[in-house]
Amino acid sequence: MQLQLQLIVFLPLLAAIIAGLGGRVIGQTASKVVTTGALMIGAVLSWPIFIQFLGAHAQPQVVDVLKFIQSGDLDVNWALRVDALTAVMLVVVTTVSSLVHLYSWGYMSEDPSQPRFFAYLSLFSFAMLMLVTADSLVQMFFGWEGVGLASYLLIGFWYHKPSANAAALKAFVVNRVGDFGFSLGIFGTFLVFGTVSIPAILAAAPGMAGSTIGFAGMRVDTMTLLCLLLFVGACGKSAQLGLHTWLPDAMEGPTPVSALIHAATMVTAGVFMVCRLSPMFETSHTAMTVVTYVGAATCLFAATVGTVQNDIKRVIAYSTCSQLGYMFFAAGVGAYGAAMFHLFTHAFFKALLFLGAGSVIHAMHHEQDMRFYGALRKEIPITFWAMVAGTLAITGVGIFGIGFAGFWSKDAILESSFASGSVHGTVAFYLGAFAALLTSFYSWRLIFLTFFGKPRWAGSEHIQHAVHHVHEEQSEMASDHDSAHDHEVHAKTGTAGYHPHESPWTILVPLVLLSLGAVFAGQIFHEYFVGAEGGEGFWRGSVAFSEHLAHASHEVPFWVTYTPLAVMLIGLAIAYRNYIAKPDAPAAFVAQFPSLHRFLIHKWYFDELYDAIFVRPAMWLGNLLWKKGDEGTIDRFGPHGAAVAVGVGNKLTTRLQSGYVYSYALVMLLGLIGAASWVFWWVR
Amino acid sequence: MGLPILTILIAVPLIAGALCLFVNASSARWIALIATLIDLAIGIYLWTAFDPSGAQWQFTELVKFGAGGITPSWALGIDGIALMLIILSVFLMPICIGASWVAIEKRVPEYMAAFLLMEALMLGVFCAQDLMLFYIFFEGGLIPMFLIIGIWGGAERIKASYKFFLYTFFGSVLMLIAMIYMVSTAGTTSIPKLMAYDFPFDAQKWLWLAFFASFAVKMPMWPVHTWLPDAHVQAPTAGSVILAGVLLKMGGYGFIRFSLPMFPEASEYYIPLVFILSGVAVVYTSLVALAQRDMKKLIAYSSVAHMAFVTFGLFAFNRQGLEGAMMVMLGHGLVSGALFLCVGVIYDRLHTREIARYGGLSDNMPAYALLFMVFTMASVGLPGTSNFVGEFLALVGTYKVSSWAAIVATTGIILGAAYMLYLYWRICYGKLVHADAAAMPDLSAREWWLLGPIAASVFWMGIYPESFLKPMRADIGRLLERVERATPPGDALLTAGKPAAATAHEGAAH
Repeated sequence: MQLQLQLIVFLPLLAAIIAGLGGRVIGQTASKVVTTGALMIGAVLSWPIFIQFLGAHAQPQVVDVLKFIQSGDLDVNWALRVDALTAVMLVVVTTVSSLVHLYSWGYMSEDPSQPRFFAYLSLFSFAMLMLVTADSLVQMFFGWEGVGLASYLLIGFWYHKPSANAAALKAFVVNRVGDFGFSLGIFGTFLVFGTVSIPAILAAAPGMAGSTIGFAGMRVDTMTLLCLLLFVGACGKSAQLGLHTWLPDAMEGPTPVSALIHAATMVTAGVFMVCRLSPMFETSHTAMTVVTYVGAATCLFAATVGTVQNDIKRVIAYSTCSQLGYMFFAAGVGAYGAAMFHLFTHAFFKALLFLGAGSVIHAMHHEQDMRFYGALRKEIPITFWAMVAGTLAITGVGIFGIGFAGFWSKDAILESSFASGSVHGTVAFYLGAFAALLTSFYSWRLIFLTFFGKPRWAGSEHIQHAVHHVHEEQSEMASDHDSAHDHEVHAKTGTAGYHPHESPWTILVPLVLLSLGAVFAGQIFHEYFVGAEGGEGFWRGSVAFSEHLAHASHEVPFWVTYTPLAVMLIGLAIAYRNYIAKPDAPAAFVAQFPSLHRFLIHKWYFDELYDAIFVRPAMWLGNLLWKKGDEGTIDRFGPHGAAVAVGVGNKLTTRLQSGYVYSYALVMLLGLIGAASWVFWWVR
Repeated sequence: MGLPILTILIAVPLIAGALCLFVNASSARWIALIATLIDLAIGIYLWTAFDPSGAQWQFTELVKFGAGGITPSWALGIDGIALMLIILSVFLMPICIGASWVAIEKRVPEYMAAFLLMEALMLGVFCAQDLMLFYIFFEGGLIPMFLIIGIWGGAERIKASYKFFLYTFFGSVLMLIAMIYMVSTAGTTSIPKLMAYDFPFDAQKWLWLAFFASFAVKMPMWPVHTWLPDAHVQAPTAGSVILAGVLLKMGGYGFIRFSLPMFPEASEYYIPLVFILSGVAVVYTSLVALAQRDMKKLIAYSSVAHMAFVTFGLFAFNRQGLEGAMMVMLGHGLVSGALFLCVGVIYDRLHTREIARYGGLSDNMPAYALLFMVFTMASVGLPGTSNFVGEFLALVGTYKVSSWAAIVATTGIILGAAYMLYLYWRICYGKLVHADAAAMPDLSAREWWLLGPIAASVFWMGIYPESFLKPMRADIGRLLERVERATPPGDALLTAGKPAAATAHEGAAH
């Protein structure tokens, strides 16, 4: 397994270097083959590892690669750790990544800088794999920042677009706010435990429960402090409420990027971190409560905003944010198996939805606004069925032990939170159930607006361009509009003579394979992830799996079990009524509750708020400190003042400014010599 | 005693510098390049020959000037700390000569002579084991820098060198007085002996402040930093590289060589002062960097913020802090040097430092954009690059002493990302809007030779920092022993856990 593991992790790095530095030499196709091949090898090697862990045939192990930092007690190696938790992440990352690589052959085929794109994708995969195989907090942080870098580069991939650059910058800086917490968490953990090795910390954590520590002048519970600091990092990477603002903007990146990074893998790193450190979080009741509330609040917030978005990618982005909320509150109530299970199934169906959306955008000539879609069911049938599979999975369709992926994982989360019996668990259950209703609504709304009804393509500028053969600027500039600004759209019905085409096979194959995941992943794997006995046997201590809670979650009251099903049907019904039966109803609703609609369309005003309290003041303060601080105060009373004070002021300055450079160099040298000789004389 | 290798190290550039004055421009360039490469070779030899588990001072030389009790002497010798800074200096020097190859057109022989003189003096600072010798090297090093800014600098070079002069002169005078007192009290000019001499606490306080005045200016620490942006902006590219790369490190070297071991109690006493100034520096200069419209000024301000990590780490009084501070110095030396080179690359083409005149350079200069990205990421401390190791260790060390200080210092990673990526955006991303910027060619072979080796070192230091930490480990350990008696307790005051109570709680939950 050692060699396998090294190949899985380092082949993508090698491929990224070859494609990134040698792309011009070896050409586009070779770059694509190398990167895609590396990830496919990775996927082929990862599945056997995962299956071995499923069958409980494999032992957790650590492969040391190289010495990293040694400074006193702080002793870190580059090392690859694999256990059940890592194995889950390995298959998720390598599978989705290799499918996204393949998909990009078709989706990015017209882009001139494909080697760069594929190099970034592989670099991302490498960093993500380093993150999930980390044996120490420092290496986890390496992967953490590495995926952040790749995310930044890929969001800003079309660097001609100002909106893409702004989104990339925002993603990096907001993530850094999270990393601020993560870093302090690592410092604190090292202070308390004297090590950054994850197994050592987890072993020692229970012994520190109940101790107190000084922090910023306060005395606080040690474990609560450490967990919450680390959780701030998780919130940044996983776009939880407060630090979520970068994720919707990140949709500026190419769609395959959204699928891989901003849905399936990177954004789940926070959940992975909490699960990896679950024995640590278990020692702090307060921290667990906070995790639950933050997760539940995000789950609800993002779902509400998702209902009013018109950009197809933004709907899915908010949906991702919301689903991450589910994973967090699952972790918060101690159902780590359920959290990881949802992470696992979500990776498949959310990647599917994004890639499907990409296929729609491809067919609709870069139009992303769903108000200009409609009636695409017959035009792009494979994409349609794939998207339906994804929607059935995310809305959790299923009954009596047969269902799509989300049915298994989301229900497990809701049941566990109810079964936990705690106040925060119960609150999370109700918020999660309501969010499930909204999930069903916005997911079906997306399907209905896109694939059903009459064609509304005529109103789209992109379609008009395509039809009239107006010279397109580069394809990258085409999708440059912001649906958040709800400019009145006068949707015209009609096709404008446009004929959408189904995507090429490189796009369809990943869709079909991911559909299989979305349909079957829940059914096949639920016993291992969340089953009471199966879970214990599968996780074997790699997360703080609670057999007790797993049992309890299977014995919740009847109405709890069927709540997800009921809310799913209600959401579907509302969507059907508003977008198929009575297409005028949404406009009437907006007219009736304008302020609610405005609140949602402005995403609860987070961006406006942050702009007013962080971004502008920072720039203003920077200018103020520079002009009034450095130049107006320090220089005025420092060097300039000194010149005046010694009484040579103006004369000296004028003399100096007239260019006698040598003169004061000489003065200085003479002074130096004088001083030195005086010293020797004086000392003797 | 074998070959006086440190004397040779200092003499090579000195002789080459003198030679330069008598030849034409082209020969001067080659002489300078060859001399700096010879020094680089000697530096690498020192690195491999240095025994990390051997004596504290290695390659020592001693020639006394005259007899008697207190006599200044030509005493050289290095420990691991000095060794690493010597390696940094000799590594950056040939790159500086290369960066000046075509950019400097007037008075080339004099310019090369000044640079070689500066190299000799800088190396002297790190090799000196005699207090007076150190002082002469330390202050003498300013003169060539001063000339480089004043003669080969930009339009407002006079004002810049005037500021530079006033600040450093002020600090030097105070340090000189302190040194005179120390020599007369301790009865020796030997730095190793002084490092073991215990001054009374009251005296330490004054001496510490006098040294602080000099080192804080060199660092530079807030609020005596305002000479740095002006000096950088006006200096030619190579001048900026050496200023940021090596000269700023003399302040940190001064703290670790003098302030901490010679005045441990005073150093502990003044921790609040150092931490407050450093904390202000991180936040203040980062915000100012955010508002800059001149590339060099932005990077200069970022240097002030980064050097604050060094002072935080040094005055944390623990291993992680000290080793981190040293790694920040090395990493920052490489990265800020590289960033100034990056500015120089486009300045040589367009002759402006104004950020708004660029944009979209990824299109016509992809190789440049790649390397600039590498150094930008190194500057924001991305793991895997040199600066991460240093910043991480320094902050770990800081946190052990004061969580407040660590919180303030760590905000630097947010602000640092903001101003550096904003800079990168404005230079390399966006559309090529200016025709003259669009016409700029990508990196030449010469420029690759300047930036490539630095990029390789940045990754080396970030991925396998052991090569750099190992030579310093024993010396940091000796320093820790020396300051142990003054080490502050820290604000964590961790209590023992009550796991029994936790188990009971868990039992109740079931």
